[in-house]
Amino acid sequence: MSEATAEVSYLEHGHSLKSWLLTTDHKRIAILYFLSITLFFFVGGAAAALIRIDLLTPEADLMSNEGYNRAFTLHGVIMVWFFLIPSIPNTFGNFLVPLMIGARDLAFPRLNLLSWYIYMVGGLFTIAVLVLGGVDTGWTFYTPLSSMFANGNVILAATAIFVVGFSSILTGLNFIVTVHRLRCPGMTWGRLPLFVWSIYATSLILVLATPVLSITLVLIAAERLFGIGVFNPALGGDPLLYQHLFWFYSHPAVYIMILPALGVISELVATAARKPVFGYRFVAGSSIAIAILGFLVWGHHMFVAGQSMYASAVFSFLSLAVAVPSGIKVYNWTATLYKGHIALDPPFLFAMSFIGLFVVGGMTGLILAMLAVDVHVHDTYFVVAHFHYIMVGGTVSAYFGALHYWWPKMMGRMLPLVWGRLSAIFIFLGFNLTFFPQFILGYLGMPRRYHVYPAEFQTLHVLSSAGASVLGLAYLLPFTYLLYSLRHGGKAPPNPWGATGLEWTVPSPPPQHNFHELPTVDGPPYQYPVEVDGEREAAHG
Amino acid sequence: MNRLLTFWAGQASHHAGQVDTLFLGLAVLAVLLSAPVFILITWFAVKYRRGKPADRTHAVNRNVWLEVSWAAIPFLATVAFYLWSTGLFIDLYQPPAEALAINAVGKQWMWKFQHPGGQAEINELHVPAGQAVVVTLASQDVIHSLFVPALRLKQDVVPGRYTRLWFRADAAGSYALVCAQFCGTDHAVMGGQLVVQTPADYARWLAAAGTDGSLAAQGAVLFRQMGCSGCHGAASTVHAPPLEGLYGRPVPLANGQVVTADDQYLRDSILLPQAQVAAGYPAIMPTYQNVLGEEDVLKLVAYIKSLANAQPGGGHE
Repeated sequence: MSEATAEVSYLEHGHSLKSWLLTTDHKRIAILYFLSITLFFFVGGAAAALIRIDLLTPEADLMSNEGYNRAFTLHGVIMVWFFLIPSIPNTFGNFLVPLMIGARDLAFPRLNLLSWYIYMVGGLFTIAVLVLGGVDTGWTFYTPLSSMFANGNVILAATAIFVVGFSSILTGLNFIVTVHRLRCPGMTWGRLPLFVWSIYATSLILVLATPVLSITLVLIAAERLFGIGVFNPALGGDPLLYQHLFWFYSHPAVYIMILPALGVISELVATAARKPVFGYRFVAGSSIAIAILGFLVWGHHMFVAGQSMYASAVFSFLSLAVAVPSGIKVYNWTATLYKGHIALDPPFLFAMSFIGLFVVGGMTGLILAMLAVDVHVHDTYFVVAHFHYIMVGGTVSAYFGALHYWWPKMMGRMLPLVWGRLSAIFIFLGFNLTFFPQFILGYLGMPRRYHVYPAEFQTLHVLSSAGASVLGLAYLLPFTYLLYSLRHGGKAPPNPWGATGLEWTVPSPPPQHNFHELPTVDGPPYQYPVEVDGEREAAHG
Repeated sequence: MNRLLTFWAGQASHHAGQVDTLFLGLAVLAVLLSAPVFILITWFAVKYRRGKPADRTHAVNRNVWLEVSWAAIPFLATVAFYLWSTGLFIDLYQPPAEALAINAVGKQWMWKFQHPGGQAEINELHVPAGQAVVVTLASQDVIHSLFVPALRLKQDVVPGRYTRLWFRADAAGSYALVCAQFCGTDHAVMGGQLVVQTPADYARWLAAAGTDGSLAAQGAVLFRQMGCSGCHGAASTVHAPPLEGLYGRPVPLANGQVVTADDQYLRDSILLPQAQVAAGYPAIMPTYQNVLGEEDVLKLVAYIKSLANAQPGGGHE
């Protein structure tokens, strides 16, 4: 290959639809994922909007009981499997892992494209569920409700999730092999960027946990279609077996959603402070610890389900243990800022917002792990608020932080910093107004999945819905100015934030094969300062 | 809003007060553990803002002892709360022996309650204040969850197995009683009231509610109507296990296991008789799965329980 072609950016290398749909370039596949998960984010968001409008009044005035049940089920299914799980790994992971470790692509580029197609097939099944009238089981598909009693499109929805699971497995496999095999000379494990560590830990969970979900969904289908008794006691099955299998996947799945976000934040904090991440080894190790401990706490979803008292006591204790590595990360990020050179750019505001919301989510998780309290607040809005603090306040904030941070790298255009700061602030405020009242609602006894409720809860519900409107608009904001920046934004230099990391050594956007010559690494990560000051100002001036 | 102002008022039991205290303690712990993060991040962001002069010498990039301490100290603090919380939780598994036994059946989408005297009610549960009450929970269809926020208690109601919930309500009054586990179309309206009455009022309510005889007596009627007595009765020629004196005793099974004849075993033997066949008896009992609902089964169990101290052959002690 001549030097000239190597310098053509991946965006310029072919403009036909075919050049996108048949691409094996990890960067283009990242863009394909970005477009598709954005679509699902808005579909899931529309369901959330319906829910929050319905909850403005204690009566059922927008939707019927059945309609409401289908709305929250769809919201959960789409947001978990078609947005949150693929969000950071499949967009930023895909785009960045090869660039960060000094590779030209993932280990299996064609498998990478296949996993996007599998994701889309699963997505089409989900759209089919939506068009055919939805599904009414909750995203948790608890048996025997789902296997014997529900009358929505259970099999179709289970198929959608079954299919998209293979996309997760293949992506995880691809990352694991890539990190093991394709690190450039000198890129030892101890020099990997922390984002790569977190994607690696996530991939381990994707590969180990997802098959359990697939098997469980097949068993539901077997019971529903053929009456083979697995979970329904009337057929000799055990409904709690379902919950064990489901949460054996779905609790680790929570870490699939949050671990990549933790990796993003490590990068954003280091860049903002222009300092190495405090305690690199602890932060990297805590990702692996979370991935392992995350497999041992599923029973904390079942404290009132009828599992044995002893099992509950053990799961409660292990749930406290899994909080330790998360705590280490938060305290280490704080220490990173000490004596730093902190720039309050949009990525850092998103990172600060993430840390605040993740801490609240984590602390309430600790409270939920306490058996006597959980008996009261389980299946109430307290739980709803808790996991939205982790998954939306945490993961989605990190996702937007990553989007603002790597946007110049991915698209070659700078974004308007003022608008970026504003949207970070509005998302933070809107989020808290939406979800903090739900902690109070939950402790007062408002059960989840209710669309009619006692009148005394209305004030808090109205506050929450008001917050949701702010949040909804704040989420739309970045999409407008990011689109605007594609045409009108200044050209991005290779390293607009003055960051370390191999992805910032190549042009923005990167050439098709990333590196003209494979780099060699000769030192630890996060070696600041980087001599690029002035470039950013030039780009904005 | 009024409910918000009376945040701590909705406590119907001593346990509810203990849970609130624990929760408040945890809230304080959460603030103590997270305040340093919030304060320091804000402070650092202001003090070390880029371009602002500040003393940045001797910045360190690692300190193992510091890191170990901020892993270990919060963990030890939470372990103390773990012991407190787990203690309260274990109490929930130990109902007092003298507790008033009430049955509850959840079905799409209503709650049915049975009192020992045979009184039945739907979506309302009357209980006497000051007395321990143990509710045996059964489900006719899917998983439900009996949740009384004022007691800070809930328990899932799982088809195919009995679960239990016990409490001692102190304050007379009416409290919300809801289903907490999503159970299908009308989940959101599957609720009613827990009515806590003074023992005298409760006695009056029982008398007024009317009954066709105690739960056990109703079970005895079913026992004849459903043909159970044809095999298990004293005069039967069929080789079937006698039920007198059975409750609470060990039962050797055909597969060599020994199980205790508790409520669950009796229920399963009626609905899934082939699952656990008593040793020495032919497996000829038909299933009553599509014949008897959970309420009827609970009545039969009450009847068999009432025979716990009877002699095989029919004579009572």
